[in-house]
Amino acid sequence: MNCVCGHAQENLDRYFSPLYSILNSYSKAESSLIPILQDAQEHYGYLPQEVLREIAGHLGLSLGKVYGVVTFYSQFHLQPRGRNVIRVCTGTACHVRGGAEVLKAIEKQLGIKAGGTTDDLEFTLETVACIGACGLAPVIMVNDDTHGRLTPEKVGLVLDAYRSKSKAGANTAAPVSRH
Amino acid sequence: MRSMAELLQLKAEIGHKLADAELSQKPKIIVGMGTCGIAAGARDTLEAIREELEKAGVDAALTQTGCIGMCEQEPLVDVQLPGEDRITYGKVTRTDAVRIVREHVLGKTVVAEKAIAAFGEGSREDSRIPTYNDLEFYNKQRRIVLANCGLINPESIEEYIASGGYEACAKALISMTPEEVIAEIKNSGLRGRGGAGFPTGLKWELTRKTPSDKKYVICNADEGDPGAFMDRSLLEGDPHRVIEGMIIAAYAIGANEGYIYVRAEYPLAIRRLQIAIEQAKAYGFIGNDLFGSGFDFDLKIKKGAGAFVCGEETALMASIEGKRGMPRPKPPFPSVSGLWGRPTNINNVETFGNVSYIIKHGAEAYRAVGTEGSAGTKVFALTGKVNRTGLVEVPMGMTLREIIYGIGGGMPEGRELKAVQIGGPSGGCIPEELLDLPIDYESLRQAGAMMGSGGMVVMDSSTCMVDVARFFLKFTQSESCGKCTPCREGTKRMLEILDRICSGEGREGDIELLEELGSHICRTSLCQLGGSAPNPVLSTIKYFRHEYEAHIKDKRCLANVCAGMSGAYVIDQKKCVGCGLCQRVCPTGAITGERRQPHVINEQLCLSCGACAQKCPVHAIAQT
Repeated sequence: MNCVCGHAQENLDRYFSPLYSILNSYSKAESSLIPILQDAQEHYGYLPQEVLREIAGHLGLSLGKVYGVVTFYSQFHLQPRGRNVIRVCTGTACHVRGGAEVLKAIEKQLGIKAGGTTDDLEFTLETVACIGACGLAPVIMVNDDTHGRLTPEKVGLVLDAYRSKSKAGANTAAPVSRH
Repeated sequence: MRSMAELLQLKAEIGHKLADAELSQKPKIIVGMGTCGIAAGARDTLEAIREELEKAGVDAALTQTGCIGMCEQEPLVDVQLPGEDRITYGKVTRTDAVRIVREHVLGKTVVAEKAIAAFGEGSREDSRIPTYNDLEFYNKQRRIVLANCGLINPESIEEYIASGGYEACAKALISMTPEEVIAEIKNSGLRGRGGAGFPTGLKWELTRKTPSDKKYVICNADEGDPGAFMDRSLLEGDPHRVIEGMIIAAYAIGANEGYIYVRAEYPLAIRRLQIAIEQAKAYGFIGNDLFGSGFDFDLKIKKGAGAFVCGEETALMASIEGKRGMPRPKPPFPSVSGLWGRPTNINNVETFGNVSYIIKHGAEAYRAVGTEGSAGTKVFALTGKVNRTGLVEVPMGMTLREIIYGIGGGMPEGRELKAVQIGGPSGGCIPEELLDLPIDYESLRQAGAMMGSGGMVVMDSSTCMVDVARFFLKFTQSESCGKCTPCREGTKRMLEILDRICSGEGREGDIELLEELGSHICRTSLCQLGGSAPNPVLSTIKYFRHEYEAHIKDKRCLANVCAGMSGAYVIDQKKCVGCGLCQRVCPTGAITGERRQPHVINEQLCLSCGACAQKCPVHAIAQT
């Protein structure tokens, strides 16, 4: 794919420059791979192929090896993700206290299934095995915040707090009904 | 830091400083800011207190602490007025926070109805507030590992030193040889708290005895078991205790480099550890020539990337090396060939949390707690259908009944206990009749469960045991790394069978097939993930076989949980005219009711045959 704007190299440099500073903050060893991937994903939101290629080249690893690591760990993503990541706990305590109902309510409200991302890239919905706040089950995590003692009725309020300001007025999601 | 005298002098100075703060007549307000507290809204509470203090123009010390274990009561706020008892308040909302500041901090009157307990021995005027020693939740616990959790500020090394912290480290490095440290740990009877219960002292000795120019010590904080959060709470509430245990271990085995492998899902624990490591470096507990012993030690944090199997030690080391976290066959054990092929000692967070107590108070004092084979205490995460959920530390050998009914306050709303799940996906379900079992490593294994990391989930009749087994197997199945066939393929086949049983398509012989597959997977898997994956299934078959049979033969889920399974029939009380036709056709006599009054179906007796629904003239009966 050739760029027609005439600034291809310049744009590429700008795109990669945060990655280069991440690479330079770690030693050039295989043991730096996972921390580098974590930082790169933190910056880019996911791990695009070009980024993986740069990382592999920098550490002297094959792209296949890097891809193997990326696909092994559930934290890494090869597709773009929403600005807010919702993690619904499906651990034992949450399971026993109605975590599945909470998940259903969120799926209904956002119109996506677990694992999906809304079209406006506002939310990505995931399930996790255990957040470790079982005393407050059922629990969800939105980004780094943990919300406990949820009910299907309460999730709407929690999610609204995370919608970006510009979208707040355009919220047309149906209210969650009681079963 | 060069000597014990220097440490004790520092402790005295800090003590004076803290005492001065107390004398300055400043009220102290402490908010519980563990992950549980924050999830329950502690940040809001903290903000409300800050605003109210500012509004009133009060000069108060507003600080934070970790988890004290009373998850049910979060958010927790402590108020300590100069010269008075520290009072703990529970479930403090914004409104409550404002009230507490106005009435207690400004008005000097305790808000009695929100107060849970008072510290100290009870020289208080207000007898309505119990002391911590009066609370059943606390007076049956024995806190060694959690001694500081919820009391000190985890982001302050000074408060840890003031509580006697780093004295064990000084004692070991200054006045004990590595061999003496190992002998002390061996004598204490400490066993690995990660679940398997391998003797810790022996592990250290094996690593010490392997000759190498470079050795490592690793703290396994990849707490992945659903239902377990003791490691997170300890790291968030008292990170220096774990670090001190690691320094002592490193000295004993001769390792100069340490790693703490923390799962990425614990951002707060990671942040507190980072702060703690920086502080320990600044005070000279981590660095070169510690206490003039010539011993150097450096400690780093490694963030996990989301793989349950990395809790297995060889997989964990592969992950630190930057590889896919897959286990490898043992031997060689990590004590011989571990991280980058060097001798490595891996212990769990809670295991390290016990070390400083043993070195400080001696092996004898430690052995005095617990049972003969399992010394000391164990921290359990008590959750599920129980009145007081939370983090509890009890002496080994306490019975499940004492923990659930004594500390946990029993079942809510008079519900009946059906089973207790112990040890997460590697553990099993223990039925009501075994509640008087004293808990230690061996007794649990005999009962078909496992200490695991210490998750303890209480279940009542609304929980389907087949569904629970399926839940855990689904978890281990999806977390299987795929390297060995028994785990990769075997758990998948078991899950398929459980899926069909739960959807009402179970076949004759399925139970036996699960048992056979399970025992093969246990024996032939490469690592303990696969080796223990069938436990939840095997233990529920052992104790709740009738539930499996009901699913397969009668297509019934006794707990009405499994979708696709015929549930009990229910009579719509508004439609029922009380004709009694249904009562007459019911084969099990499950329907009762007065004539011309709405009837009811006893769902325990209902077979879901549907005869009643067919007879009903007003269509008032339907399946749930």
